[in-house]
Amino acid sequence: MLSIKNLHASIEGTPILRGINLEVKAGEVHAIMGPNGSGKSTLASVLAGREEYEITAGEVSFKGKDLLDLSPEDRAREGVFLAFQYPVEIPGVSSTNFLRTAVNQVREYRGEDPLDAVKFLTLMKEKMKLVEMDQKLLSRALNEGFSGGEKKRNEIFQMAMLAPTLSILDETDSGLDIDALRIVSNGVNQLKSKDNATIVVTHYQRLLDYIIPDFVHVLYNGQIVKSGTKELALELEEKGYDWIKDEVNSNATV
Amino acid sequence: MSTLIKQDILVELLGNTGIGFEEARAAGKEAFQAQGLPTNKSEEYKFTAITKKIEQSIQNFASAEAFEVTADQVKANVFESYEGDVLVFANGQFLPALSSTIEGVEVALLSEKANTPLGSVAKPEKDPFCALNQSSFDAGIFISVAKKAQIQKPILLLNFFKANAGQVIQPRVWIEAGDFAEVSFINHSVNLSDTPYFVNKVVEVKGGINTQIRYYKLQNEGKNAIEVSNIETDIQKDGRFTSVNISLSGEMVRNNLSINILGSNSEGNMYGLYLLNGKTHVDNHTNVDHTVAHAESNELYKGILADSSRGVFNGKIFVRQDAQKTNAFQQNNNILLSEDAVVNTKPQLEIWADDVKCSHGCTTGQLDEEALFYLQARGIAKDQAKGLLLYAFAGEVMAHIKDESFREYCIAQVQERLGSNF
Repeated sequence: MLSIKNLHASIEGTPILRGINLEVKAGEVHAIMGPNGSGKSTLASVLAGREEYEITAGEVSFKGKDLLDLSPEDRAREGVFLAFQYPVEIPGVSSTNFLRTAVNQVREYRGEDPLDAVKFLTLMKEKMKLVEMDQKLLSRALNEGFSGGEKKRNEIFQMAMLAPTLSILDETDSGLDIDALRIVSNGVNQLKSKDNATIVVTHYQRLLDYIIPDFVHVLYNGQIVKSGTKELALELEEKGYDWIKDEVNSNATV
Repeated sequence: MSTLIKQDILVELLGNTGIGFEEARAAGKEAFQAQGLPTNKSEEYKFTAITKKIEQSIQNFASAEAFEVTADQVKANVFESYEGDVLVFANGQFLPALSSTIEGVEVALLSEKANTPLGSVAKPEKDPFCALNQSSFDAGIFISVAKKAQIQKPILLLNFFKANAGQVIQPRVWIEAGDFAEVSFINHSVNLSDTPYFVNKVVEVKGGINTQIRYYKLQNEGKNAIEVSNIETDIQKDGRFTSVNISLSGEMVRNNLSINILGSNSEGNMYGLYLLNGKTHVDNHTNVDHTVAHAESNELYKGILADSSRGVFNGKIFVRQDAQKTNAFQQNNNILLSEDAVVNTKPQLEIWADDVKCSHGCTTGQLDEEALFYLQARGIAKDQAKGLLLYAFAGEVMAHIKDESFREYCIAQVQERLGSNF
């Protein structure tokens, strides 16, 4: 589904990603872990199409298409979803109007008829249950005045509404209390299927108790330096990231 | 075209002497001569070179005459599903045959109301154009709302302008409302000519005790208009005055809005939106004068500027020593969509009382890139996402329009502009 080859990206001339290689197949969950500043969020942003990053080398194909060639909106319409680390508050834009516009633009791109108001509301009510979303929140402006947990839940709710094939969760767990974490993870797990894939970007292993990854990758200095299964995450939790850094640095000096 | 120097313009402008109100006109002339036309050194006009603009565009200082307007033209320019009454004007001259008669509202030509105390609310010493209008206004209307009258539907003041090669149009409006009266006005102008013209309008609004007056103004009359407007109101005890001003076009527009709070427990509200493109220049100067205790004023002006347009906001709040317990809020926010767009914003608070709550703030920035990316990342096309964000920004001002049909009309106009021109 997603194939990243030798991806290099920089911001304002500073290289952040220095040759990422990653293959993600349908039905898989990949966790990307790593110390602060290793490039985890950059990778998520680059895949979603954030414009401030410059791609200096490499390629990314998504369902056979050159992902890097697509605008952010077309990536979303093709089925890429980024759950933001810091969801943006947008005063004056109602959550419901925003979602309806988004859902119908995605449907139009896929050659489907737009949802009328009734069908849209029915879908919304169904998906709200997934993340135990309070309807009152949706009558407010998008994310405005939402608590941290409400914002993250809203991200997963939007994910449910847009039914992506590739979901990238950028530190969705950070700042969540255990109840919110459970609700968010539960939502993600219910949306999982054999046809879609999830990339979970996180600093902590805790989330991976709830969203069980098939593969765990460690990102350091803009490269994936180690890959393994969920046991790798536990090892990282126990030992921290220093041993990985040491390993990489000693290899480099040899 | 001859190049005129300022002194000539002054003489030319004063050359139009309308009929009646000799005393008021003499006072206006004196105040105008004392102030002269503003130059780039005039503090109040330093960002708005209106005199230069008049010099460049106006070649014929004669007053533009009234002309025939058809019922179809009126019909075509009334908002869809609008159900209120309409008063029609051609170059400032009232056209009674095309206008409604409104129960509880007396409408007369100013010339029939010789005792109207012109200049008692909008004082000619405060602004040269206000003085000029008082000296040489060519047509005027007198509107009086009866005591306790509840005028449920708004009154549309529909102004048709048609001027030859840069003429001058100076309408004058006097509005008074009896105690406990409630009324809304919508000022809308339609330009029927392509040539530049200069409109210099003065509106005086005298409220009574507990009157509720709303005055909406939509400026959308075309690229050639040079317009100076002075709106000034006196609010008495328990009264409320709300102004909503939406500027969408014009060559150069200067709006002076002044609210004098003269009675306690009263409220003055000023809301404005300017959506500018091309070379349009819109300058909003507002002034609220708190003279008594226990009153409130709220102000929110927002601007979206594209191309090489220019916006000016200057908001004065004056809280006098006796005006304890005043609540005064002011906010001005701008979004610049191009590198050539400019906005000059200046809050001016002068507070002499010591027990007040006053706040002000202004921001000028670009469209929020992070919000834009967020919307795109959900599948919304960039242009549409921009429109959505800009509309969200602008919508806050339009929410203060109480009349639904007019609000819907303004929203449609704004959405069209945000969709096509920005």
